[in-house]
Amino acid sequence: MRHSRSLAAGIMLALGAAFLVVAPLGLKPYGIFILSMWAVMTIAAIGLNLTLGYAGQISLAQAAFVGIGAYLTAYLTTKGWPFWSTYMLGGVSCFAIGWLLGYPALRVQHHYLAFVTLAFNTLVYLIFRNEEWLTGGIYGISNVPRPVVLGWSMNGPREFYYFCLAHLALVSVATWWLLRSPWGLAFVALRENPIRALSLGVDTRRYTLMAFALGAGLGGISGALYAPLVQFIDPTPFALGLSLNLLLMVVLGGSGYFFGPFLGAIVAVLLPEWLRFTEGFYLMGYALLVIVLMAFSPSGLLGLADRLTRPAPRGAP
Amino acid sequence: MAAPDILRFEDVVAGYGKQTILHGLSFNVLRGAITTIIGPNGAGKSTAFKASFGMLPVRAGRIFFDDREITNRAPRELIAEGICYVPQGRNIFSELSVLHNLELGGAAAPEGFHLKPRLQAVMERFPVLRRKAKHQASTLSGGEQKMLEIARGLMLEPRLMLIDEPSIGLSPILVEELFDLLRELRERGITVLMIEQNAKRALENSDHGIVLELGRARIQDHAATILADPRVGQLFLGGTSSISGRA
Repeated sequence: MRHSRSLAAGIMLALGAAFLVVAPLGLKPYGIFILSMWAVMTIAAIGLNLTLGYAGQISLAQAAFVGIGAYLTAYLTTKGWPFWSTYMLGGVSCFAIGWLLGYPALRVQHHYLAFVTLAFNTLVYLIFRNEEWLTGGIYGISNVPRPVVLGWSMNGPREFYYFCLAHLALVSVATWWLLRSPWGLAFVALRENPIRALSLGVDTRRYTLMAFALGAGLGGISGALYAPLVQFIDPTPFALGLSLNLLLMVVLGGSGYFFGPFLGAIVAVLLPEWLRFTEGFYLMGYALLVIVLMAFSPSGLLGLADRLTRPAPRGAP
Repeated sequence: MAAPDILRFEDVVAGYGKQTILHGLSFNVLRGAITTIIGPNGAGKSTAFKASFGMLPVRAGRIFFDDREITNRAPRELIAEGICYVPQGRNIFSELSVLHNLELGGAAAPEGFHLKPRLQAVMERFPVLRRKAKHQASTLSGGEQKMLEIARGLMLEPRLMLIDEPSIGLSPILVEELFDLLRELRERGITVLMIEQNAKRALENSDHGIVLELGRARIQDHAATILADPRVGQLFLGGTSSISGRA
């Protein structure tokens, strides 16, 4: 049973990866743009899945980190900085800010923590909107250049898509490795019961802060790719709506499942596009689908798959 | 080895918020023995464990482990020193596998500690855990879960095990098995300090006893002496008979 399960998962994974590599060959630029957006949002959702899904710390601030990464990259690359430096800076500064945002989590939990992070998201959004001298205010920053890698321009939609996909692959491998290490175990222990984890000598303080910092860092990396993808940024996309959307991706896909964010981002980024044929009804259809899924499988798509293929029931969550 | 006592409380004061539970608690735990702490609800038994394990701040007084002061040190440091703590109730991570639960017992492993052979040794002692290593821990029975908690506590080769109400929720046969296991740990040189609601049975399986009342140690003696002590019956039952007299 276990064997056939992992075999099936392996085949699905290989097919998915093959599709991602081949897909842009048959797509128009807009389709490639949407697929690139999926890759970029998946990176941010992987980050949130670390914070929320594995370590159990709720955050409604992921959009703020995507925004910080995007603004840093947009501001600095339009001033002539090379992309790789702004990319690193985006990741590192979000890591640092995420670490600081983790401190409230040492004192408050659950919905209280949700409100603390929500306030942070709003604060960052207001800075983007009001500090015109730095961020361009509501006019934003336009003409964000796309990078050149080893003399090869990433300007075309297809090239930039592969650029995003390569980053997604890198982030996935790094996260996989992290979760297979004792870190992954410590995160889950923290989620299940912080007191128990503490009594076994898990440094819960450090892991709580790291859960925030790593999640935020991936948000920053996602933002650093978002800016050159869209090539024009303004404050609106980084408001609370995106944080909720990223939360939806994590929960829909299956919070605490490695591939949850990938699936969740398909639903949140690609599905609305596929439902466009219904015209005015597409948002309603989309909302209905989400409600039905959540009602029947609160543990998301992968939780549903898990239940359908596993003989014995999963323990109480 | 140094002093005969492995753990020593000196006038320890601790509590929750404004409430003080331990009012200058002093006692010694002798090395290589099984000691049971008994006392009525609210006497501060569990509080004493939490205070000694760095999970509750000590406001005054001092705690020594092996003659070294450990007052207010963090759990992970105390684990590295050789103390393990098995709290009351269920303490497994139910969503994780049995193996991962055991691995978490090595979370505070000092640099250079080889976890793999240790894991093998622990599973050698608890074959049921080896057999169910890949199972989700929530699928274990109550007794197996308690074994898993103790096995997890043994991962870093502790010298002192603090175990709070280990027999709670276990069938009489499993309780026997549990006390057998604690005696086996004693033979292997691990000092056991336990709290038990079932005072009589626990004292019958212990070398020493400590009677706590209102945050102070009232009596410290051989377990057999305490069992025969009429004052103990008073403390527990408000009556005049000793607890052994009830049997």
